[in-house]
Parts: sequence; C-alpha cells; structure tokens
Amino acid sequence: METKALQRIYTKIGQITKATCTLKATDVGYEELALVDGRPAQVVKIVGDNVTLQVFSGTEGIRTNAEVVFAGKPPTLKVGDELAGRFFNAYGDPIDGGPKIEGEERDIGGPSVNPVRRKQPSELIATGIAGIDLNNSLVTGQKIPFFADPDQPFNQVMAMVALRAEADKIILGGMGLTNDDYLFFKDIFENAGALHRIISFVNTTEDPPVERLLVPDMALTAAEYFAVDKKEKVLVLLTDMTLYADALSIVSNRMDQIPSKDSMPGSLYSDLARLYEKAVQFADGGSITIIAVTTLSGGDITHAIPDNTGYITEGQLFLRRDTEIGKVIIDPFRSLSRLKQLVIGKKTREDHPQVMNAAIRLYADAANARTKLENGFDLTEYDKRTLDFAKAYSDKLLAIDVNIGTTEMLDTAWTLFAKHFSPAEVAVKKEFVEKYWK
Amino acid sequence: MASPLEANESMSTTTENITTGKVSGIIANLVIVQVEGPFAQNEICYIVHNGVRLMAEVIKASGGLAYVQVFESTRGLRPGSTVEFTGHMLEVSLGPGLLSRNYDGLLNNLDTMSGVFLKRGEYTDTLDAKKKWDFEPLAKPGDTVIAGDWLGEVDENGIAHRIMVPFKLEGQFTVKSIAEAGQYTTNETIAMLVDKNGEQISVTMTQRWPVKKAVKAYRNKPRPFKLLETGVRIIDTLNPIVEGGTGFIPGPFGSGKTVMQQAISKQAEADIVIMAACGERANEVVELFTEFPELDDPWTGRKLMERTTIIANTSNMPVAAREASVYSAMTIAEYYRSMGHKVLMLADSTSRWAQALREMSNRMEELPGPDAFPMDLPAIVSNFYARAGYVYLNNGKTGSITFIGTVSPAGGNLKEPVTEATKKATRCFYALSQQRADSKRYPAIDPIDSYSKYLEYPELQKTLAEAISPEWTGQVNRLKNIMIRGKEAAEQINILGDDSVSVDYHLTFWKSEIVDAVLLQQDAFDAIDARTPLQRQRYMVDLLLEIIDTPLHFDGFEEVQPFYKTIIDKLRQMNYSPHGSEAFQRYRHELMEMVTERTAVG
Repeated sequence: METKALQRIYTKIGQITKATCTLKATDVGYEELALVDGRPAQVVKIVGDNVTLQVFSGTEGIRTNAEVVFAGKPPTLKVGDELAGRFFNAYGDPIDGGPKIEGEERDIGGPSVNPVRRKQPSELIATGIAGIDLNNSLVTGQKIPFFADPDQPFNQVMAMVALRAEADKIILGGMGLTNDDYLFFKDIFENAGALHRIISFVNTTEDPPVERLLVPDMALTAAEYFAVDKKEKVLVLLTDMTLYADALSIVSNRMDQIPSKDSMPGSLYSDLARLYEKAVQFADGGSITIIAVTTLSGGDITHAIPDNTGYITEGQLFLRRDTEIGKVIIDPFRSLSRLKQLVIGKKTREDHPQVMNAAIRLYADAANARTKLENGFDLTEYDKRTLDFAKAYSDKLLAIDVNIGTTEMLDTAWTLFAKHFSPAEVAVKKEFVEKYWK
Repeated sequence: MASPLEANESMSTTTENITTGKVSGIIANLVIVQVEGPFAQNEICYIVHNGVRLMAEVIKASGGLAYVQVFESTRGLRPGSTVEFTGHMLEVSLGPGLLSRNYDGLLNNLDTMSGVFLKRGEYTDTLDAKKKWDFEPLAKPGDTVIAGDWLGEVDENGIAHRIMVPFKLEGQFTVKSIAEAGQYTTNETIAMLVDKNGEQISVTMTQRWPVKKAVKAYRNKPRPFKLLETGVRIIDTLNPIVEGGTGFIPGPFGSGKTVMQQAISKQAEADIVIMAACGERANEVVELFTEFPELDDPWTGRKLMERTTIIANTSNMPVAAREASVYSAMTIAEYYRSMGHKVLMLADSTSRWAQALREMSNRMEELPGPDAFPMDLPAIVSNFYARAGYVYLNNGKTGSITFIGTVSPAGGNLKEPVTEATKKATRCFYALSQQRADSKRYPAIDPIDSYSKYLEYPELQKTLAEAISPEWTGQVNRLKNIMIRGKEAAEQINILGDDSVSVDYHLTFWKSEIVDAVLLQQDAFDAIDARTPLQRQRYMVDLLLEIIDTPLHFDGFEEVQPFYKTIIDKLRQMNYSPHGSEAFQRYRHELMEMVTERTAVG
C-alpha cells in the first residue's frame, strides 16, 4: 500500500442490520477495512455505489449519521521478530500492555503456496505422548485437529504437545476462549519459560463473536513470516474451530445466504480449507504445522463442521476417558494420522509399524473380551490376558500424561507383549521378535 | 507474462470491436459488470486491477449487466475497473507436451510459475513454445480430411502423439501441403488445408478448444465391451470397469478413497492417465508429484509420470477454477482419445466441484435445490460423465476415455444430492464402507452394495469369455451370491448363537470369508499383492471355487473356524508370493492336502 487513498468521511448510513450497515460510497475496494463510529468493519459487498460493511463488534447503538471512514486497505498485520512473546487481539493490537509492533505491514489471508513448491512432509514431531508418537505420529507441515467434546481437556493436551514439540515458534489462535482458558495458556507458557517463542492472537468469549473470523488469518500470517522469511519450524494452535465456523454461519445468515447442512454456509469447506491448507513444508526447512481443536456435540462427527474438517485435515485425534485407569487417553481406534506412513519405521525404529499394529490389534481383542463380559459370557484364558494387557497399555502408553521417547515407547510395548502373550499371539515379523522380544 | 489465451486472442479478435465494460458490483468472487456491447454467456473476460489482469467467466447476462465469476481473489477490486471481453469461452491449448506436466485448473504450468506463492493474475503457457518435436507426416497432399483426422505424429514420451486437423474446423478440406519429416515447434505450420471455397488454413501442432464443449471428432460411440484391467481384484473380478466406462467411488473421510484412486492410476492398463485433483489436500498432490516421476508403469516399464498429466486445483486454490479443472482434464482426455489412445481419467473429488457450483448459485441468489445445491446439478453431472466413452474414429481406429470420479458425501450419507446425481450418471458404483474400513478390510469397497452394470452387457460377457474363460461371468455371479449368502448366514448366527444353527450356516459364512479375505481384500502396500494380473485373478477364482465346491465334513461347529482360518492364511500367503513360485506351489499343495483330509466321503 504505497499510495494511501485520501480518506473520505461518510455520515449517511442507509441501512443497518445486526451485523452490517450499508451506505453510498465510491472508490471503495473489496474487503477494505473501515471504521464505523470508531468500530472496525470490513467491506463484504459492493453493488453499484452501495457498499455493505460487516461491523465486527455488532451495530448496537450505531446512528444513521455515524462517521464512516475507509482505511483504503484490507486487514493487515505488522510482522517482525518483535511479535515473539506477545499477546494480541483479533485485530493484531497488543493486549498485554506492551508497545505496538513496528514492522512490515502485510495483508492477512494472503495467497496460497504453489503446490509444486511444497515439499513432501517427512520430519517427525515428537510430543512424548505415546498415543500420538507411537500410534498417530505427527509430521511437520501436517494439519490435524483434536475432535473432542467440550468437557475434555483438549486445551491442556494441546498446550502440552506445543511445549514438547521442538518448534521454533508456537502461535496460538484463540477463538471464543473463555477468559479462564486464556489465562491457563498464558500461565502454562510463562511457567514453562517458553514465552519468548510464543505469539498469541486471542478472541475471548467476552469479545464479539464475528471478530473471531480474523484470528486464524492473523495467526497464519505471523506463521508465514517466521516460516518463509526466517525458515523456522512454526506450530500453529487453533482453538476452537467450531466457534470459528459458528461465526461464519452468523455472518452468512445476516447476509441472507441460503444455508446448507446444519445451518452452515455452503462455502464452509472452502472457508476451512483455505486456513488448514496453510500448513506446509517448504524445501528450505521452514514449515507450518497446524494443530486445531474442533469441539463436537455429543461425539457426533457427521455434523457439518467435523465432517468438512475431516475431509480437509490429515487425520484427527480423539480423546477418551478410560474408566479402567481413570485417565484421559488418546483413543487408538478412532484417531488417525494420515502422514504417519511417511515417518514410522523410517525416521523411527524399524519395528515401529508392526509394534503399533500388533498393540492395537491386541487392544481390540480386549475390547471384544469386555463386550463378552458385559453380555454375561465366560472369558477364555486368552481374553483375560488381553484385558490385563489393555489396562497396562492404557496406563503406560495411551494415557496423555506419558512423556517418553519413541524408542522407549517401543521397548515398553515389547515388555508388555512379553508379559502377557506368546510371540505367536503377538504375530509380529519373526526377525523383530528375535531382536526385540524382552 | 503471456497468458495461455493470448495466442488465440490475436486470432479471434480480428473483429475490430472488443467489447469492454466496467465493474459495478463485487460479492466475493462474483463480479457484476456494466457492459457496452455484445457479449456471450460463458465468455471469458479480464478485469484489470492495478495493472493485473484477473480472468473471469460470464455466468449470467441480465439487462446490460454481466455476472462473472472470477478465477482469482477479488480483494481490493474497485467499482469502475475496466473489463475486457475476449470473444471466446474458456479455452485451452492442446498440443505435444501436455504429458508429464503439473497444471492448475486453467492449465497454467505450475512449474514455470515464479516464486513460492501463487500470484494473482499470473498465467503461464500450457505448452513449451521453444521445444522442437520430431514430426512425421501421416497425410499427403491431395488427401481429403475433416476435423480430428491425423495429419502427422510426433513421439511424446514413447506415445504416438497425432497431430490432428483442428477440432474447430467444420466441413471437408483438402491437404494442400504437409511439412516434411523434421523438427518443428508447436507454433510452426505443419500443413496447409484448403476448404471448398479455396480458402487456405494453416495448421500448427497446437489447437485450442473450449473446455465446456465435448470434442466429437469421432464416427460413433458404441456401448463399451472391453475390460480395463486395474489389477485391483474387487474391481476386475467382481465389478469390472471397461474401456470407455464410467464409475464412481463415494466414501466418508478415512475410508480410503484416495489410496484407491492412486492404486488405479498407478496400475491401470491405460496409455494415458489424466488426474484432476479437484479441491483436495495439497499434500496428496505433492505425493503424486514426488512419487510418479520415480514409479514405473507396470505395462511399459517407463516412468509413470511419462503417461500422466496432473491437474491440481487444491482446496485452497480459487474456487471458481475448481469447476474449470475437471473440464480442462476432460478436454485433454478427449484430445488423446482422438489420437486412438486408451485414456483413464480420475477426478478427486467431484463433490468439491459441486460445492463450487453451490457457492456460486448461492451468490447469484438462485432458488436452491436439495441441500442448497443448484437445481440443475444432476444434469451437469450426467452431461459431464457422458463425455467419457469408447469411440470409433473416422479412420476406423478406436480410442476410449474411462472416467472414475470420487464423491465425498457429507456425513458419509449416500443419499445426499451429489452421490445420488452421480449414481444416475455412472455405471459402476464402488461404495466405500466405513464399517469395512474400521475393521481394516481394505480396499473398503462394500462387496454387496457395489456393482458394475457392465457385467450385464452381452458385449462384455462375450469378450470376457474370449479373454478369460467361457465360464467367467457365471463364476463371478456365483462369487457375488456366496457373499450375499454368507452375510445372511452371519446374521442368523449372530441372532441364534453359534450352537443353535446347523453347521451348514457356519460353512456358508466361512465360504464367504474366504472370498472376502483372499479375493476382495488386497494389500495396496505390498509389492506383489498390490497388483494382480487378470490371469492370476482367474487362477485364484478357480482355486477358491474348487475349495468352496468340495463337500467337507465337520463334527461340530467348533471345528469350522480353525480350519477355515488356516485355509485363509495359506491362501493369503499365496497372494503375497510371486505367481507360480516355489512358495506359491508349496502353499497350494498344503492347502489341497488339508481340503482332501476334510473331504466328506460318500
């Protein structure tokens, strides 16, 4: 934006709805920012000289003669190394009492990476959580959400993953975070002494919901600065994407668009894909990895938000409370990391794929045994052993409080195999049994 | 930066008046243009914004206003911006050098674009104008030709690329002169044609074609009758796809759609493979970019990429270009079919294309159909699938386009509009089942719900009888029946309990389990099992039916499961061993001994 258009002030608003106002104005650019009575707004529709503005904080109390000033540019973020360690609101303004950022101003929601310039992701992200590293290994450049019910500790797990992953920068995009969760993130990052590599863009439940729509783009613009310009490994945390999608539906509803499934806008897939596809591995080492949270309603993954997300992301992680051990585990059945094939047994020890599958198969046998038990059938001796195994497997490997290296996870699995089963029952390649059986 | 369309514009805009207009409204990527002069529905225009030209397509005309969908982001666009109309519909350049390329939905070469990010308004050439090709004439002066006739050929990655009379030319022409064998670029004249009025037309190796129109440079389109081998048993044996056939793969996320499509693209017995990655994950396209130049084509031993063109409009690329991407892909497929090749086209996923149509229809405030999709969705889908097919060319040679699309049904519900519309338009239905995916039975194609209508074609039954065996169709129908009866038996056993049904129920169930485990399930990641040649499929079908037909004796239901589990294990080991190898024979021998031991006497 080298030449800034002369600012013109309009004072005659023709139409006001709950989220938008329309006025006659000329020489306005699409998606340009404006201030309506001091409140940030964005151009969402131009028909002739009628310009419709979406007012992020809502239109309560706006007068028909309120001042409308166009900024002459779309939403931007000033980027620079000073972003590190800072907390911002959805507009990219500091909320931590620190100084404003002086840096290069960039449009948010910028262009996509040319697919031929991407590199195939191949670098493992170790989290220490075996439910992830052993069964659903994450890879830099991947995008994966937690599918979780609102009462599950997804933010805690996500913070833990973020702190343990060896990322150069962690960027938090908080949408509709409760103030308590916002403080939780702030504290845990501070206590871990990691604040200098963390950048946060936060919209809390106290802020207007429509403002949330800016948060992921702000976070991802900052991420692109560090991944492209600084060639850093960047981890972006987006929580909660369901609340983001809800904000999309509010806006489309107020613009009289015809809703599709579950009252969501017809463009939901494209809207979500535009964000998630910012996850990328560049050839020169920089990368953006996205870990998101999609809260479910009663575990229903056929709802439009998780359904569209599942088609976009490279797998999903499910949390579940295991009543046997009284801990939260990463569900080995429903969780999936589509990119794990690129690293397991290649970047990790050779026996990784086989050990992973064998353990899950035996865990499935235990689930069958439990069903038998519940239906009042007798258990065989093998069934009983699978139940013992399942309990130990849950406790020592699946639980989210586990924090060990991948090799140690594999050794633990072999120890459990040896304790509960014969090599034939485990059915792993013979050469691995000879090498690793405890 | 030259636009791929420019070469043609200089030709088609010889009419002195270029229609122009001014932007008067902007709603996301729908732009309303006040037009001075005539323009056409689906005409391409360029919106000039800060010196950058943004390509757009007219989708509605109303009272001097053109509603155009822009193939780029409209951010910052202002009312009053100039719009230049081009006088033609969305066209692409066709010529040697389309293979082993990575294009976007408008056939811009992605590899020649500058920088890491896609720049708005950056268009690159589809064909390499500098490369010289070894041209061999096929026609001679004095020949009478019509559109689609072969004038000459060049070698493109070992594939005979025919240079044809441009599809756009109507009527008969006489070849006045033709270039001698030698090296030419795609823009040099290789033939001069004369029409009946004596007017001369110069022909180069490049021609242009509007993607939304079907290429009809062929004599007739019979019903397909020849199997297209994919090496995937559940397709080839049970639900065969044919040369020139249509099929679709619907399935919820995580059920293995993409793995399935990639297996078909790698193994199918096709001369040319066109892959349209339409609104899907960029990392999956990167996988193709990374693997295809390395992997060998099992049919020719050359690199897979040499027979492949990838058209990538990933989910974060402009939505309007998603629709264009499937049409561009189909046009390339038709171009190669007209040369007499067997073309396989794959589109992943056609649901994203339908969603792009929905977004636009919504912005145009059209009355919506089911799930807010446009009312004419079924017509659009069936018209598109109808462009596939087996054809006899005017010179008597044959060519085909086999088209398989994936569908991503919302919430995994097969009753949603895109799945239903596609089901009506296609003849093969490969239903991926969540339940089979969950129990790790891959490929997760449901053996009972899926079908191939081609199996009912007498034409196909005849060629199958000749190519495989006269009993083949009968055997396939038996296998299907075994699967249905097995499912019924399993339900009875579950309701009544293991010991409350006769042993026969257990046998019926386990016979279907053999077929399921050995024939239907296939390991896409195992070097040998991933691709089963047709003759090997026939061998295994014969063997399975022999085992199934042998009357066996059991003293109680407890004996049934362990016996069949061992049988299945041995058959599986056969699948993992090279056909006819020593290990393969050993497993077969052990198997038949087990069966003989159990054979009921008398």
